[in-house]
Amino acid sequence: MARLSEEQTMLRDAAADWVRECALVTEFRRLREIDDGTGYSTELYAAMAQMGWTGILVPERHGGSEFGCLGMGLVLEQLGRQLVASPLLDSAVAVVSALVLGGSESQQQRWLPRIASGEAAATLAVDEGTRHAPHAIATTAARTAQGWRLDGTKRPVSHAMAADLLVVAARMVAQDGTSAGTGLFLVDAAADGLHRTRLHEIEPRGAAIVEFDGVTLAPDDVLEGGDELLERVLDRARACAAMEMLGAAQQAFETTLEYLKVRTQFGQIIGAFQALQHRAAALYGELELTRSAVEAALQALDADAGDAPAKVSLAKALAGETFRNVVAEMIQLHGGIGMTEEHDAGLYFKRARTADANYGDAAFHRERYGALHGY
Amino acid sequence: MNDVVISQDQAFAAEVAHWLAENFPPSLAHKNPYPYINDAEVAAADPDYGVWLERIIAKGWGAPTWAVEYGGAGLTPAQDKILAREMAKIGAFNPNRSYGQMMLGPTLLEYANDEQKARFLPPIARGQVRWCQGFSEPGAGSDLASLQTRCVDDGDAWLVNGQKIWTSNAHQADWCFCLVRTDTSRKQGGISFLLIDMRSPGIEVRPIVLISGTRHFCEVFLTDVRVPKENLIGEINRGWEIAKRLLQYERDSLAGNRAELPGLAEVAKTYLGVDERGRIADPVLRQRLIGHAMRAEAYGQTFRRVQDESRGGGLSTAVSVLKNLGASVSQERAELVLDIVGNHGLGWAGDGFSEDEIEATRAWLHSRAYSIYGGSQEIQNNIIAKRVLGLPDMAGR
Repeated sequence: MARLSEEQTMLRDAAADWVRECALVTEFRRLREIDDGTGYSTELYAAMAQMGWTGILVPERHGGSEFGCLGMGLVLEQLGRQLVASPLLDSAVAVVSALVLGGSESQQQRWLPRIASGEAAATLAVDEGTRHAPHAIATTAARTAQGWRLDGTKRPVSHAMAADLLVVAARMVAQDGTSAGTGLFLVDAAADGLHRTRLHEIEPRGAAIVEFDGVTLAPDDVLEGGDELLERVLDRARACAAMEMLGAAQQAFETTLEYLKVRTQFGQIIGAFQALQHRAAALYGELELTRSAVEAALQALDADAGDAPAKVSLAKALAGETFRNVVAEMIQLHGGIGMTEEHDAGLYFKRARTADANYGDAAFHRERYGALHGY
Repeated sequence: MNDVVISQDQAFAAEVAHWLAENFPPSLAHKNPYPYINDAEVAAADPDYGVWLERIIAKGWGAPTWAVEYGGAGLTPAQDKILAREMAKIGAFNPNRSYGQMMLGPTLLEYANDEQKARFLPPIARGQVRWCQGFSEPGAGSDLASLQTRCVDDGDAWLVNGQKIWTSNAHQADWCFCLVRTDTSRKQGGISFLLIDMRSPGIEVRPIVLISGTRHFCEVFLTDVRVPKENLIGEINRGWEIAKRLLQYERDSLAGNRAELPGLAEVAKTYLGVDERGRIADPVLRQRLIGHAMRAEAYGQTFRRVQDESRGGGLSTAVSVLKNLGASVSQERAELVLDIVGNHGLGWAGDGFSEDEIEATRAWLHSRAYSIYGGSQEIQNNIIAKRVLGLPDMAGR
């Protein structure tokens, strides 16, 4: 763990306590049973907002605490441990970052206080096909005399079913038909021409196909910053996502380790077998590497360091690989019981695949890291 | 941390930077320090190295945290970190790092009596004595505690008989810190920690030639070697505890060996060419190089994080983790360099190969040792499983 300030330590401990008391993985199971398509419990999300977590990246004048990406990461790590489901990452990290980094004063005034209070939930709509491809967006925002006309289809958009606001990445087309780069647009979920179709995924995250069929937007519904803004927003989401994944991977590892210490076969605690010990030791090493990379990425973002993009891709790639590696081992080392719906291993296994794909999988971020370093 | 401490640290950092600017020979900047440190002949051949060693020793920074009476400068762990950071900034290194300074010295500070400290520490701090490590034996590698070099009480001295192996630089060493068996009825409980003068009659050293051509690992034969009674550290038959401590210092020093090296993108482009988008032309090797660069960066981040968490004081349980990760990253790099240079990586000597190519090939051959020496990868994994993860052993403990 990085050396934390007193306030950061308090924030992390508060999150850990709350998760232990109110949001164990049993709550996640309950959510799966309710299955209402929203992907989260409004009561638990209200409690998170009450504790100020929805405002960690929001400026103080808009009702937040400006605690930085590392602060947000510390909370998400604890939530990740018990697979707590919430739109925190999409709403309070991705959309808040979009508004903070690219929003006008009036855009911020309109949305940030509501998101910080938990009254509104928002999400970022970028992906369209089988891959995360923020540089190949097909959705268009055509400039019209009155404003913009939005056409296209986004999928998957997580936490879209219950979102009040969508921040949509679209290719801007000027009135003369020329391309003007990527823009991020603020789209009210209730807008005419916006259709949401629920996606039943392995992980309940309120995901949807969102169609924009000639949605009309005002001239000032676009954020300032274009492609560069999209990258900066995505990097904040990616690094925070990596920390949440690390928390989940850490818990999956610890659960497995506990099992190795109690399960007996051949008259031995199976954790005494060297073949299993060395696999556990290898996983431990991977978790340590990942923690270093994730913490360094969050710190680089908070410091606005020039090499933050590469550090973020390093963190997200390692988090994706390590998380998937740990959960595969979690099932294998538990044996048959790990394959059952009753056991938690499967929940972590499904989360790992989903979280890896979210905001760019390990392969995407390897390629990005390589390109940024001249390979 | 309060403001007073911060300003004192800043003042010390400025003092260090100033001193380094005046005293560190620029010709040594960013050089790999290990050839100098490991080989007395290489060190003797570079006058600038000699100057640097002399100056840093006079300053007491050859062993910065040791007390002044032992030849150090009495720096606090925090100051030691500042010194290391300032040196890293300009590519400087401590030329007095040695087995004595990194491993034996810290161990003596913990376990030796006052006379032994006064006698053995100052020459280490001043770079006057070269030490070697007499631990492994032909029958005691990973299972080190099964060592059999016999040490018996011969009245006014100890009498030592046996054989050591993999003793790095024994052929250049003045002294040896040695594990010897003083009781044959118990395994760990029959080992003692003894300091032996390499000029004693009855010692024969034979270098071992490795696959890389280096010959700094040696066999040491001890035949009726007489060692003064006062050279035993700690109590008789209590040497295993001291040895384990020293091995922790060794792992610590090995984990820290791997300074951050430049990326391989440029050398790969030189040898392999680029595609139409300016990327390394071989897509498979390119992916492997990217993967390696990522692990290398994450390893560097981990190394710094562990240092930060330990606040420069004491050894962390992460040492075994770092040793394995560092070894695998370095081996991966050595393999990739050979993959890049292809047929030019098959040279041993002579015309047709550049100096860098020959050096890369030797480094690749040597790299297999990283996961063996200082406790093999498998032994480190055993230690991680037991001490870090709390997994039981076969007896159920």
